[in-house]
Amino acid sequence: MKSKDKVLIANGQGFWGDSILGPVRLIEEGPLDYLTLDYLAEVTMSIMQKLKTRDPSKGYATDFVALLDRVLPKAMEKGVKIVANAGGVNPMACKDAVLEVVRKHGLEGVKVAVVEGDDILGELDGLMDGGEAFTNMDTGEPLAPVREKVTSANVYLGAFPIAEALDQGADIVITGRGTDPGLVIGPLIHEFGWTEADLDQLAAGTVAGHILECGAQCTGGNYTDWQSIENMAMIGYPIVEASADGTFTVTKHEGTGGRVSRDTVVHQLSYEMGDPANYITPDVVADFTSFQIDDEGSDRVRISGVKGAPATPTYKVSMSFQDGWKSVGQLTISGPDALAKARLASEIVWQRLAYDGFEYPEHERLVEFVGANVCHEGVPVAGSDEPSEVVLRLGVKGPDRAKVNRFGSELVPLVTSGPPGVTGFAGGRPKATEIIGYWPALLDKTKVRSTVSVHELQPGGPS
Amino acid sequence: MTLTTLDQIAYARSGDKGEGSNVGVIARSDAAYAFLREALTEEVVREHFKGINHGGVQRFEAPNMGVLNFLLEDSLGGGGSASLKTDAQGKTHGLALLRMELDIPDDVLRSVGS
Repeated sequence: MKSKDKVLIANGQGFWGDSILGPVRLIEEGPLDYLTLDYLAEVTMSIMQKLKTRDPSKGYATDFVALLDRVLPKAMEKGVKIVANAGGVNPMACKDAVLEVVRKHGLEGVKVAVVEGDDILGELDGLMDGGEAFTNMDTGEPLAPVREKVTSANVYLGAFPIAEALDQGADIVITGRGTDPGLVIGPLIHEFGWTEADLDQLAAGTVAGHILECGAQCTGGNYTDWQSIENMAMIGYPIVEASADGTFTVTKHEGTGGRVSRDTVVHQLSYEMGDPANYITPDVVADFTSFQIDDEGSDRVRISGVKGAPATPTYKVSMSFQDGWKSVGQLTISGPDALAKARLASEIVWQRLAYDGFEYPEHERLVEFVGANVCHEGVPVAGSDEPSEVVLRLGVKGPDRAKVNRFGSELVPLVTSGPPGVTGFAGGRPKATEIIGYWPALLDKTKVRSTVSVHELQPGGPS
Repeated sequence: MTLTTLDQIAYARSGDKGEGSNVGVIARSDAAYAFLREALTEEVVREHFKGINHGGVQRFEAPNMGVLNFLLEDSLGGGGSASLKTDAQGKTHGLALLRMELDIPDDVLRSVGS
């Protein structure tokens, strides 16, 4: 069912915690057919499973609902369809929340589809009884010994269920776990009528999806020559203009910041790429060494000639399990002798804990002197007066809790949409904490009468 | 030959891959790619990251993009949510590699306009 020559697909959310401004601006700043949004990381599924256990109406990306509340009227007016893996481990609850937004904005008639089937936590024991070992792909260990600690188990589904949802007229598609490129390939299958046999086209969709999946990381975010990137604050999020034959052009909306060039796109292509000749997805094995990449200027990069091989017979399963506990704390120590004093301080901590019977073996403890080259430990740094790293601390305060919380959601997005070398975000999004005010005052002594009463145990009961 | 840093002739981008990191090195010119294909071996990269990576190093080539892609197998202090390190995802490992000093032929330096 070929409906148009070129299809415009953007990604406005590179990961859980990315800035809300990406998708908001993509809807407002230019033409678009599909907006894809990626909210899931491996750890995310486990966190969502925990939330769902506590409250059966939770377990999905609530950021998605907040975003729709902001952009849905405009998106529907412009005819932009939305594909998001925001369903987490509870896509149906996500759908209910989305329908609430639809109702709130009086957009009755908007069709919301849900793709399910990725969550196999409930079937895990049956599958294991049936002979599935779920051998760890990295270590070769069988799952059985850690089975009791498993907190989530999800299959990475492919793109065809998303295409099917769109075939059925969906305006919004909500999925659980699937491949990131699948969010992009699904709409292409729907638009161009590709089948499982169109391996080169599916592989091209995979390459397009890989380029888009981290949002602004292909438009000048996290780019080596960061000094050359203009207007990073208003960086454009990426758009792919795809054709039925599998060729496509990467671009961004006119007037936005950042840059789309051969180099910015190749930066993202090499990101977490693994073996470039065998990029495995449930739909196809794409060959990242096969294609031609041409810079056409004016923020346009064309990719053609992508080759694909038949898909493997297996799905990848992503499981998480309870693997212990951790705690990290930090202090800042000034000069003179900052480093020597920091070394002493860390020794004091370990010695005092050991005195009290708490020993932490080398591989279960961390000592970092941030500022003394912890990121590039052991790497020789050629003559430079620059500090080897800097910890950036930003903060806000005020009477409006929502306003204070909004600040916290603009820090982590810098990892993909700021200069290169930004890390150390493990704590996630900073949250507003209450300020406890102190109020000293005076009161005339005559206004206060002190009383004394004495109580003691009475025979047969408390006083 | 000029002794200078790798960032003169290459870009880099890195991120996590299981308990290790994936470091993509992107040559700034065809001549730079040809030179790096010879100079930037698995052994050289392994030695450079000896303070960070406690496992092997694997290299893949993608000449169509001018990319040499390296997997550092044990560079994240456990990886995923188990790592206590500041850079638990290896986001800065690309820049660490670009700090490498090496002798670069003058024609390669000229090919990238420096």
